[in-house]
Amino acid sequence: MSKLKLIIQREFIAKVRNKSFIVMTFLSPLIMVGMGALIYFLTQKNEEKVKKIVYVDDSGMFLKEDFKDTKTTHYLDYTAIGIAETKKRVEAGNYYGVLLIPQQDSLELLAKSIEFYSKDSPGMSLMNSLESKIESKIRNEKLNKFGIDIKKIKASRIHTDIKMFNFSGEESSKLINGLKIGVGLIAGYLLMMFVIIYGTSVMRSVIEEKTSRIIEIIVSSVKPFQLMMGKILGNASAGLLQFFIWGIILFVITTVASSMFGVDIVEMQTARVPVDQIDAVKQVTAGDKGAVIIQEILKLPILKIFVLFIFYFLGGFMLYSSLFAAIGAAVDNETDTQQFMLPIMLPLILGVYVGFATVINDPHGSIAVLFSHIPFTSPIVMLMRVPFGVSWYELVISMALLLVTFVLMVWLAAKIYRVGILMYGKKPTYKDLYTWLKYKG
Amino acid sequence: MNNLLEVNNVVKKYRDFTALNNVSLHIPKGSVFGLLGPNGAGKTSLIRIINQITMPDSGSILLDGEALAPKHIAHIGYLPEERGLYKSMKVGEQVLYLAQLKGLSKSEARKRLKYWFEKFDISEWWGKKIEELSKGMAQKVQFIVTVLHQPKLLIFDEPFSGFDPINAQLIAKEILQLRDEGATIIFSTHRMESVEEMCDEIALIDRSNKILDGKLDDIKRNFRTHTFQVGLDTANAKEVKQKLKENFEVFPSNFKLLSDSLTLNVKLTEGNSANDLLSFLTSRGEVQHFVELIPSANEIFIQAVNKNSQKK
Repeated sequence: MSKLKLIIQREFIAKVRNKSFIVMTFLSPLIMVGMGALIYFLTQKNEEKVKKIVYVDDSGMFLKEDFKDTKTTHYLDYTAIGIAETKKRVEAGNYYGVLLIPQQDSLELLAKSIEFYSKDSPGMSLMNSLESKIESKIRNEKLNKFGIDIKKIKASRIHTDIKMFNFSGEESSKLINGLKIGVGLIAGYLLMMFVIIYGTSVMRSVIEEKTSRIIEIIVSSVKPFQLMMGKILGNASAGLLQFFIWGIILFVITTVASSMFGVDIVEMQTARVPVDQIDAVKQVTAGDKGAVIIQEILKLPILKIFVLFIFYFLGGFMLYSSLFAAIGAAVDNETDTQQFMLPIMLPLILGVYVGFATVINDPHGSIAVLFSHIPFTSPIVMLMRVPFGVSWYELVISMALLLVTFVLMVWLAAKIYRVGILMYGKKPTYKDLYTWLKYKG
Repeated sequence: MNNLLEVNNVVKKYRDFTALNNVSLHIPKGSVFGLLGPNGAGKTSLIRIINQITMPDSGSILLDGEALAPKHIAHIGYLPEERGLYKSMKVGEQVLYLAQLKGLSKSEARKRLKYWFEKFDISEWWGKKIEELSKGMAQKVQFIVTVLHQPKLLIFDEPFSGFDPINAQLIAKEILQLRDEGATIIFSTHRMESVEEMCDEIALIDRSNKILDGKLDDIKRNFRTHTFQVGLDTANAKEVKQKLKENFEVFPSNFKLLSDSLTLNVKLTEGNSANDLLSFLTSRGEVQHFVELIPSANEIFIQAVNKNSQKK
């Protein structure tokens, strides 16, 4: 058996047998699903509490129907009681707040002198809804004064819904756009997490060999480069295994959960989708929402996403883990790693933020395209773009750049690694690392 | 080809520090070769080069007449001074893994391991993790790792450090037996008493230079001072001493004899032989003690290193 294969095997087994790997692999999907369910449950609960809001309308302009009760807010008209007494009662009683609408000479003045009192500062959504109620009422009053017929205005309102196609003739909907964003962001984020978790695991394993001093025995049998690559590949295989197990577990859990408990997948999905996507879902006939979702998901290039995820995970992981290995070799213990970790973490985090910020707005915008080609961010940003369809030549360029950079970085890191593993004592500086690069043999 | 390993004019520099300055060594087959030197002299640098962990800047190394190449890794066993094993890996798996890295097949490694584990009476450790073993126990495992693949060349860097006297004795015995079975051994240390016991040849490295090498006996011969420790039972000690001083160099000595004798260290001068001294002594009384003072490896070491530092 070749030495590299032996090393990969040992690293893989050492990683997989580790208790934390087993716990992470089998518990975290459960935790993820549990967290999702919990968040869904909590957001439902959070809004269930009814807010009682009292209003005192001295202007006499507002009617009961202007303040319609909703599921979560009830409006009470205390105009008859008077401002002073109302305030007292609200403060003492079980009310959320009080809205004061004074008598004013002009509508402009009225618009600026309405006040709201409450015990806690109210949420943005509540204030927005109050403001929009008042604005529309006053606007209607003004329209009336100008002699404009409100009924005609209402009748003139129209809703447009542009149907979207790509040139291969597939119809895409806002729903699928939401799904694409979701899938892309999750894939990109997952990749970052994998690179960090498994990269630091490579680093730790290098440090362990250094501190246990077995390193000198190993490098008298194999080349440091072989050892480093064996470590990286062994950890990558453990990472892939974990990823596959997660995939299977998540698939089983969601299937079982949705069929057994009748969990409304549509609602759980849409909770994560931006507001304007919800309309799209609602327009779908209520009967078979689930079927539509599944249809839409199936329209995504799942196989392509999957293959590219594996490629970019391996490429990105090897690129970064060779750097993690070099850091591990340079230091004697984990506390010394921090100053070297920052420059590695930065591009990863940048990738995720740039992805979040640009891909959602325009997956083919220039910044998104740029960052999906820079090898240090491309695995993350490109994965986020892939669900929206990326032309094959962009993919080829991005993948080629990643490969070239990966080879270059492994070569550089191996030089630092080779010298570092036999160095003990003083924590090296960046200058030291630079001189190590120039050491011969 | 009598030398298993030839190191020719090896130079190794780290930036502006020279670790090895034109060092040459010839290590005969089937010998225990002592590689001696103070800390930081360059022993470890040389050992790492022989192990192909690092490369020399210039110079060549021949193993069995061939230029050192990666294929020779399987023929070299190395026990580093700073040693260790994977702490959370089981003893058996770990030794199998390390043996396979040296090129042994798994089944062959398992067979040989059984032999060694039984020999050291440690078979019950197979499933234990290294972290569960004491330091001395781990050292035994480490020794097995070093010799399991039956290398032609064995390099032991301070092999006895960390062993109690009983285990050190056991390991010393094993090393000599390996030599008798045909292995060549490089034995690096600065503990001189073990050098006397084990080494056939030595080389002394001090501050990156080889300052001395050869057969231990020859070196001792070169370092002999022709000084004898004598004990003489005589009635007239003062006069004998006086007479001795006329022909020899005489130094006081304080070793103890059972009888109340005159004890002295006497160094032969030009034109005198040991027999001259002995016949002089027998004519003056009864010789109780007559031994040549042979320099110990320790004395040679200190002398050579001091001389080298005066040169600089």
